[in-house]
Amino acid sequence: MILDGKAPTGPIEKSWDKHRFDMKLVNPANKRKFKILMVGTGLAGGAGAASLGELGYNVEAFCYQDSARRAHSIAAQGGINAAKNYPNDGDSIYRLFYDTIKGGDFRAREADVWRLAQVSNNIIDQCVAQGVPFARDYAGYLDNRSFGGAQVSRTFYARGQTGQQLLLGAYSALSRQVKAGTVKLHPRTEMVDLVVVDGVARGITVRNLITGKLESHWGDAVVLATGGYVNVFYLSTNAMGCSVTAAWKAAKKGAYFANPCYTQIHPTCIPQHGDKQSKLTLMSESLRNDGRCWVPKKKEDCDKAPGDIPEEDRDYYLERKYPSFGNLAPRDIASRAAKEQCDDERGVGPGKRGVYLDYQTAIDRVGESTIAERYGNLFEMYEKITDENAYQRPMRIYPAPHYSMGGLWVDYNCMSNVPGLFVLGEANFSVHGANRLGASALMQGLADGYFVIPYTIANYLAGITPGTIKEDHPAFKESVDQVEEDINKLLNINGKKTVSELHRELGKVMWEDAGMARSDASLKNALQRIPEIRDEFWNNVNVTGEAGEINQQLENAGRLADFLEFAEVFAKDALHREESCGGHFRTEHQTDDGEAMRDDENFAYVGAWEFKGVDKEPELHKEPLKFENVKLAVRSYK
Amino acid sequence: MNLTLHVWRQKGPQDKGKLETYQVKGVSEDQSFLEMLDDLNEDLIKGGKDPVAFDHDCREGICGMCSQVINGKAHGGQERTTVCQLHMRSFNDGDEIFIEPWRARAFPIQKDLIVDRNALEVVMQSGGYTSCHTGGVADGNAILIPKPDADYAMDAAECIGCGACVASCPNSSAMLYTSAKVAQLAVLPQGKGEAKARVKNMTEAMLDEGFGNCTNHYECQEACPKGINVKFIAKLNREYMKSMV
Repeated sequence: MILDGKAPTGPIEKSWDKHRFDMKLVNPANKRKFKILMVGTGLAGGAGAASLGELGYNVEAFCYQDSARRAHSIAAQGGINAAKNYPNDGDSIYRLFYDTIKGGDFRAREADVWRLAQVSNNIIDQCVAQGVPFARDYAGYLDNRSFGGAQVSRTFYARGQTGQQLLLGAYSALSRQVKAGTVKLHPRTEMVDLVVVDGVARGITVRNLITGKLESHWGDAVVLATGGYVNVFYLSTNAMGCSVTAAWKAAKKGAYFANPCYTQIHPTCIPQHGDKQSKLTLMSESLRNDGRCWVPKKKEDCDKAPGDIPEEDRDYYLERKYPSFGNLAPRDIASRAAKEQCDDERGVGPGKRGVYLDYQTAIDRVGESTIAERYGNLFEMYEKITDENAYQRPMRIYPAPHYSMGGLWVDYNCMSNVPGLFVLGEANFSVHGANRLGASALMQGLADGYFVIPYTIANYLAGITPGTIKEDHPAFKESVDQVEEDINKLLNINGKKTVSELHRELGKVMWEDAGMARSDASLKNALQRIPEIRDEFWNNVNVTGEAGEINQQLENAGRLADFLEFAEVFAKDALHREESCGGHFRTEHQTDDGEAMRDDENFAYVGAWEFKGVDKEPELHKEPLKFENVKLAVRSYK
Repeated sequence: MNLTLHVWRQKGPQDKGKLETYQVKGVSEDQSFLEMLDDLNEDLIKGGKDPVAFDHDCREGICGMCSQVINGKAHGGQERTTVCQLHMRSFNDGDEIFIEPWRARAFPIQKDLIVDRNALEVVMQSGGYTSCHTGGVADGNAILIPKPDADYAMDAAECIGCGACVASCPNSSAMLYTSAKVAQLAVLPQGKGEAKARVKNMTEAMLDEGFGNCTNHYECQEACPKGINVKFIAKLNREYMKSMV
């Protein structure tokens, strides 16, 4: 089937304004009759729930954490982009739009990206009004810094905790609506199913994580703002509880999953220390401004102290491979290059999965105090985790899964192909194409939550009658019964392996065969291994405890069960996409010097997968991508 | 290294809890404290026992989910460090470690090391915001905020809402937590209009939720993983007095 994103036509500069006028509205007196369920309370969900509540809708918001403030948006460090052009350096909405389309390697929908760039300026104003303490100069004006993929300074920041401050802003707006009675919060509550009646989203089934009780909630619309899925790799920079579960439950009820193979592997993370590691920690990408990446030229030097390896025996591989871009090669290139060196058995540190990021040259040039001014907090964090002083000894870094550009398919109104089901933020696929630029994730989350969903949801609600289907509809009981059956099944396997052992096994396959570089052979191997691990999971997992209590093993088991189904679609998407673009690198499709080779003739489309059941072939639906405002071109790093 | 753990086990809010003793072997000094507990749990599951329930999520020191008292200190007592950022190299082979949940009247225990921190939410809902609408606000640069004020607000805003301040206070006071939000918004022009109502409402909510009062022990500042300064409590008191006149 050919999918239609329903993007407005006509001049792109007017597209969002015109669309806002064309959409239907809900009368203020009628808004309270509609109930909206918001799943997830990060930047997109928190901002969305607060804004919809303020408009007068009856909102219920759900999160698995004990507080809405703890969603993983809180961990974002660097900043948020906006086309304010405060520094007078040539920025504009058009330039932010262009940079985002190009950064995404021409695999995003133009109109969505335009809207994102347009509302970016409102976001900054909104956050300032909330009291977000952005960095300021001595005169009191907002400060900006530069970020990857752009030649202008358009990034607003709050020290190294921009995500935290923006989320606390959204959380404060949400708290205000809770007090006002327009939003009801359900913390420690996980969505475990989507309820669909006659093809329309009508509610959700949730598990209360304290009592274990399964509850039904009806809604005139269901909004998922449930983040990304890179924990499918087991080790990632995501929080431990991040999962594909909410999105996958929707996929199992008919929502299409778009571009699942587009994942971002961030080059500068602290390497794994051993087999017992539970997660990876990101170090800001800005570190590569002054650091030089290298590994020993000879395998036998890998165990030596870095200081004992003379200059002529070091391989500054990024400078060697990309002489003009050097250590500032883009994220995907830098990540793959580090992997290549380690695959060549020249990695360093425990497990030999690490490369050096060396500051000695920069310290010799500008002095240790200048380096400390620039990166002091990062050096401190590095020391806390590794117990090594990076002023004296090069850092060890390695790439790690960080962000998912893919997600549930949505049209221009952020509505999935299932009417009444909306998807916001990282959970949808819409604006980042095949690669996300730094400081754009926060921008998208807040754009969707504050300035997109409040308008587009009205267009849908205005066409339906509120409250026609409630919890007494048989579909709710069916859903609860199904979830209960699955839970009982999990608790009664009583096998030999723990949930985390099996998750590690899945992660290893995904990382090695469907990670930074993928090939026909590796993906076929993954497609063989994933069902094997899934079978073992359903026959040999050991989930202790009971259903009717706090049971973290059961929570993890449910999430892993979904990853084990999702992973297969992920690998199939990667196998079918016979090109390299952005974060998706197929080794068969590269230029002689190792650059990604896009195939615009055959693959300039969004690949949206319809799940048909375990052990059945998913069906691919395509949304062709048209580029009318940006010329398709090869991204060059020369 | 090998360690002896004494861990608080409690089945539910109504049950009586007690410390159980476990041995963990082969702990690497590079592991984080929570990864050491993961190991313990893997052993317990394999032995057919119920694993220890504990709160955690981001494991990079920012979400504020983790909440353990280790050897009598909230978050283990290392300066500016959450439990998830505490590493096993801070311990020695053969150590005995006592692990307990936050203990405060306002934080009822749910299971093992998990407590209910909803009281902190209620405090925030009572006034921890500016009443601006979505959309229709002034340009970000229309409100000038001198750098020292922006920095002061940011120092306060770093609070991660973990509750270590409450857990380490002899009175289970939430004054540091409450003051951080009151101070952040009181110093900014955007928050000044509602400053009086805010401090009054948040202070009342704090007392209603069963938190005690500050008696200047400063244990909260010691335990705070983000280094929130007690000067904000002075600011809270001053704002409270100002709201009366």
